[in-house]
Amino acid sequence: MNYNVNEKGYYGEFGGAFIPEMLYPNVEELRQKYLSVMAEPDFIKEFNQLLKDYVGRPSPLYYAKRLSKKYNTKIYLKREDLNHTGAHKINNTIGQILMAKRLGKTRIIAETGAGQHGVATATVCALMGLECIVYMGEIDIARQAPNVARMKMLGAKVVPALSGSRTLKDATNEAIRDWINNPVNTHYIIGSAIGPHPYPDMVTRFQSVISEEIKWQLKEQEGTENPDYVVACIGGGSNAAGTYYHFLHEQDVKIIAVEAAGLGVDSGESAATSVLGKEGIIHGCKTLLMQTKDGQITEPYSISAGLDYPGVGPMHAHLAKTGRAEFMAITDDEAMTAGLELCQLEGIIPAIETSHALAIFEQRTFKPDDVIVVSLSGRGDKDLDTYIKYFKL
Amino acid sequence: MNRIQNKLQEDKKLLSIYFTAGYPNLDDTINIIQELEKNGVDMIEIGLPFSDPLADGPTIQASSTKALKNGMTSEVLFNQLKDIRKTVNIPLIIMGYFNPILQYGVEAFCKKCQEVGIDGLIIPDLPVDVYHDDYKSTFETYGLINVFLITPQTSDERIQFIDSVSNGFIYMVSSASVTGSQSGFGDENTRYFKRIANMNLQNPQIIGFGISDSKTFTQATEYAQGAIIGSAFIKFLSDHPIDKISKFVTSIR
Ligand SMILES: Cc1ncc(COP(=O)(O)O)c(C=O)c1O
Repeated sequence: MNYNVNEKGYYGEFGGAFIPEMLYPNVEELRQKYLSVMAEPDFIKEFNQLLKDYVGRPSPLYYAKRLSKKYNTKIYLKREDLNHTGAHKINNTIGQILMAKRLGKTRIIAETGAGQHGVATATVCALMGLECIVYMGEIDIARQAPNVARMKMLGAKVVPALSGSRTLKDATNEAIRDWINNPVNTHYIIGSAIGPHPYPDMVTRFQSVISEEIKWQLKEQEGTENPDYVVACIGGGSNAAGTYYHFLHEQDVKIIAVEAAGLGVDSGESAATSVLGKEGIIHGCKTLLMQTKDGQITEPYSISAGLDYPGVGPMHAHLAKTGRAEFMAITDDEAMTAGLELCQLEGIIPAIETSHALAIFEQRTFKPDDVIVVSLSGRGDKDLDTYIKYFKL
Repeated sequence: MNRIQNKLQEDKKLLSIYFTAGYPNLDDTINIIQELEKNGVDMIEIGLPFSDPLADGPTIQASSTKALKNGMTSEVLFNQLKDIRKTVNIPLIIMGYFNPILQYGVEAFCKKCQEVGIDGLIIPDLPVDVYHDDYKSTFETYGLINVFLITPQTSDERIQFIDSVSNGFIYMVSSASVTGSQSGFGDENTRYFKRIANMNLQNPQIIGFGISDSKTFTQATEYAQGAIIGSAFIKFLSDHPIDKISKFVTSIR
């Protein structure tokens, strides 16, 4: 079984590029050039240099001793929270800004949910001196205020998305409309492993540095490159795609994907796409998608803005469909509890998105000698307001 | 021959009107269609509303949201249209995004279109390549014409390909934009209109996006066989009753 994208842009039956003709020239240019640009020696050099000197990579692979003790298994945390700007998102924006420059683009647009991708995009635009416009749902602007301020300080223009559920899906719609209106000078930096081909694959490749590092770091610490499990939370699926990438075809490595159940999978207020979704088309790709019987995209819900998306990247739809990955759904309450637990056991305040991945240990038992690598996708600074309200701190 | 093909043989500039089914009220669909035909409109695009209309500006977005709230679905639309051919003769095209059609089942959708007398489809997010490989024969089985978009950025080579796959008309998007966001046409638009006119394509072209009044209609049809008005008509419907549609149509030509 192949878990990577094929030449036509599909992962099994998922993927493709279902885009209006207006977007075709841009997406096609990217499709034709992304692999060759990424293979250019000076691209690789610049990308790696920035990841090292600017982002602070490699990010540590940390053996979480007290957490492991509590759950009687061996838990490693891949510390993407220690990256510059506080999450994995910057791996992708560094890659895409270098791509945009090589394509001769001068104006950058992005969508953001939690604001992490918006901040990471605003950051690389400042770094390269490019104009930056970030679309963000009105609801998310309210619940992620610190990140809105950060983007503004970094010189980006934050435009509220006022349609639909006013969250990530709608911000993405607005970004796509902007791209239709500005087809020549603009590059759209998509923030997750979603969108029309080649985006899911390109984003996955930029994020694959996560699993590339896990391999040699685990070898150093455990004497083996392969853990028993890799675990990540899934919004659109970029930190997960990066965490899984080099293990996809290692059959002894089990993959766990953690979705947001919101108030509960059957509550009507959820974002657990692999359970609630059905094959459909969102933002230019065929994937699993939460929708009505009539094909209207429904409004997801999660306490975490970064997981509040009604689809998953096509690679993950394929992993779900083929059974390669085990999907788990974690509620708001379970995630919040797990987040606080990490603070108290390890002295790390995780992003609420990440807390979903950490919550699996209450749901599922692992063997004492199982080695489990969890993607600690981001830090919780941006979520302090939500934590404060939730725990009445 | 399909009604669209017949209409395109007429020696005149065609006025085509887009409206969103289920807007302003769920049951306005038939009245709007009849009223448009009565006032000399040549062709109608019936918008099947979608929750996430990527290629549409605020006006059509808002009408789609309202139509969905009113209860419009593919099923409801087909029910409304079931006797339409008893009273209406002009070509009728359904314009909608791909996901609702995919969920209905592409073949079932096409079959239903043929049953009620729909002549063609415009599906902005179904790329010509996918259509060509996966769905062309289904559309043909049910006598449906699929209409593709081109834009000022579409390469000549791709336009030739689209022309070769088309069997009705080519929908020329007037400029790089979502629907409704033009206030008039300038030199750049005109250069593009001329460039396409000079390509001598086998399919006639109809220009859409940004046609809002008689001036833009006249400008567009100088180079193309017709023009499509959408957002401007939706705006009209939001503050005029259906029996005033004649006022809108006569203001165009
Ligand atoms: C810290 C963090 N983790 C995870 C996600 C989810 O995105 P993805 O599934 O693309 O990794 C986000 C999105 O904003 C995030 O900020």
